[in-house]
Amino acid sequence: MPAGILAFCEQRGGQLKKAAQEAVSTAAKLKTDLGGDVTAVVIGKGIQGAAAGLAAYGADRVVCFDQDHFALYSTGGYGRALMQACKSIDPAAIIIPATAMGKDLAAWVAASLDAPLATDCDAIEASANGEIKACRPVYAGKAKAWVHASSAPFVLGIRPNVFGIVEHQPGASVDAEVMAEEFSMDAVRAIVKDISAAENAELDVAEADIIVAGGRGVGKAEGFAPLEELAKVLGAAVGASRAVVDAGWRDHAAQVGQTGKVVSPKLYFACGISGAIQHLAGMQTSQVIVAINKDAEAPIFKVSNYGIVGDLFEVVPALTEAFKKALA
Amino acid sequence: MQITVCVAVTPATDTKVKIGSDGRSLDPADVSYELNPYDELAVEEALRTVEAAGEGEVQILTVGDGSQKEEVRKCLARGAHRATILKTSIENADSASIAKALADFIAQGESQLVFLGKQAVDGDNGQVPSQLAVRLGWPVVTKISKLVIAGDGFSAEREIEGGIEKIEGSLPCVFSTEKGLNEPRYPKLKGIMQAKKKPLDEVEISLEPAKLLLDSLELPPARPAGRIIGEGLEAVDTLIDLLKNEAKVI
Ligand SMILES: Cc1cc2nc3c(=O)[nH]c(=O)nc-3n(C[C@H](O)[C@H](O)[C@H](O)COP(=O)(O)OP(=O)(O)OC[C@H]3O[C@@H](n4cnc5c(N)ncnc54)[C@H](O)[C@@H]3O)c2cc1C
Ligand SMILES: Nc1ncnc2c1ncn2[C@@H]1O[C@H](COP(=O)(O)O)[C@@H](O)[C@H]1O
Repeated sequence: MPAGILAFCEQRGGQLKKAAQEAVSTAAKLKTDLGGDVTAVVIGKGIQGAAAGLAAYGADRVVCFDQDHFALYSTGGYGRALMQACKSIDPAAIIIPATAMGKDLAAWVAASLDAPLATDCDAIEASANGEIKACRPVYAGKAKAWVHASSAPFVLGIRPNVFGIVEHQPGASVDAEVMAEEFSMDAVRAIVKDISAAENAELDVAEADIIVAGGRGVGKAEGFAPLEELAKVLGAAVGASRAVVDAGWRDHAAQVGQTGKVVSPKLYFACGISGAIQHLAGMQTSQVIVAINKDAEAPIFKVSNYGIVGDLFEVVPALTEAFKKALA
Repeated sequence: MQITVCVAVTPATDTKVKIGSDGRSLDPADVSYELNPYDELAVEEALRTVEAAGEGEVQILTVGDGSQKEEVRKCLARGAHRATILKTSIENADSASIAKALADFIAQGESQLVFLGKQAVDGDNGQVPSQLAVRLGWPVVTKISKLVIAGDGFSAEREIEGGIEKIEGSLPCVFSTEKGLNEPRYPKLKGIMQAKKKPLDEVEISLEPAKLLLDSLELPPARPAGRIIGEGLEAVDTLIDLLKNEAKVI
């Protein structure tokens, strides 16, 4: 009988990501309804020490694959390791954060286990009889779908920063168990050779608490300078509409929207963005939206908590100065 | 060289979503359908690969109820050589059941290279590419933003948070495409004329039952009505005050 919950814990360069703590915290919360153990699985190189600390977030067991060849992520390598862990632990649910790594891994592992996968969930409800229901945005967040699985294990991709990190047992630690591989890396035929920092090693919009986004109203690539200033003062990431990306003013990685990144920061500034439905789809779950636009009729104002009608080249620099004072 | 591109036909991205009376599907009124935007990149990459090799064929493959014909024909107009619709009801399908049907068909052919979009913009699952690769027993590289194929080998790039992964491997392989990979071409008149004569087959299939089951669809909670707090520079101090004391986000 499958029982308990497995949480995949992402690390890069030997450092656990926030998503790892969130995965374990979420698993621990589900455990109150589902029962069984929470097992954290960490794959990497030199990670046993860091992994032990996952007990603080509610891990009953910590299982590691710790090898040189896991220093960098590869779908086939991490996938085979996680699949082995799943088969040996036989959990009822598998939690994998929907990060770049987690999304890639979850689809591969679910397919390999022939298990159902709900990607990018933003709510999970479990009941004592073992039923799990998950809610996930579809149509770029224009609707939400409630889904369930007809077989176990149920693989649940969780949207980062939604479920939260909880220290269930502060300071707790458990010895990491090392699992010996029962597969050969020779079977892995696509290998990550190297990771280079993104050209403009800026904060990624998908990970930022605050985003300052610009649209066609910014006028040209250099027009982003005042937005970058504001972002610097706030520790924010700079985002963009598709019009801006298509014009080549900003990189694809900055695009927010239905065919870009779907973000839900604490605070989103839309500067010179009209608020097309495809853009809204990517940012309307932001906690607070501020819009700055010349046109009082721009649709962006319909979703903005605070709108300022005006020229962004006047308003944004003034905001930067005001924040400098307010945050000093 | 034979390349297969798997495409989905999805509601246009400017669709205003309304939920049907069954509470679990999209109300089809006023919805227009088009090729999934990411699949345009997949078709383009396949065409460029064949053009670079100076030989080969691009085959378009979709699992659908038959209503996909027009959009599939547009892929032929862009330059793809042939297309097959695996015809079935997909109402109760999940990613795995679709991927299994695609894999069964592809395994019978000669393709060593399959392109798909990174996700279909209806269900936003992003699962079919990996599901397909596992069923074929091939490696997969998802969300590629760059690809170079040389002989049987390839190198690819994919974006991750704050960085770019460089991946090397060998064919056969499944790739899913991310924006930035290429700029898709538009069909030209000549292509549209030629497409009418290109083979577009329909093959009846049945799907394995889904394991991921939909209970209901709902609309997300509406945001509070928008509020304009002022004009120009005068509004700046008001905004700071509201962010600090009302919204409490700074
Ligand atoms: C398949 C498909 C997918 C798409 N996906 C996305 C997506 O993921 N993300 C996305 O953003 N879009 C997407 N779009 C495009 C979308 O439809 C819009 O075209 C786009 O969002 C418009 O960008 P914008 O708001 O920057 O430009 P515009 O609509 O041109 O708006 C510019 C705004 O700037 C204001 N302005 C001008 N000058 C100033 C100034 N000095 N100060 C203040 N305000 C000023 C104007 O009043 C106007 O409201 C997609 C479209 C399609 C067809
Ligand atoms: N019904 C389908 N037929 C063929 N290919 C599909 C189908 N659904 C999805 N795909 C492909 O798989 C990709 C990812 O879709 P999904 O996993 O549904 O988000 C799409 O971009 C298509 O390339």
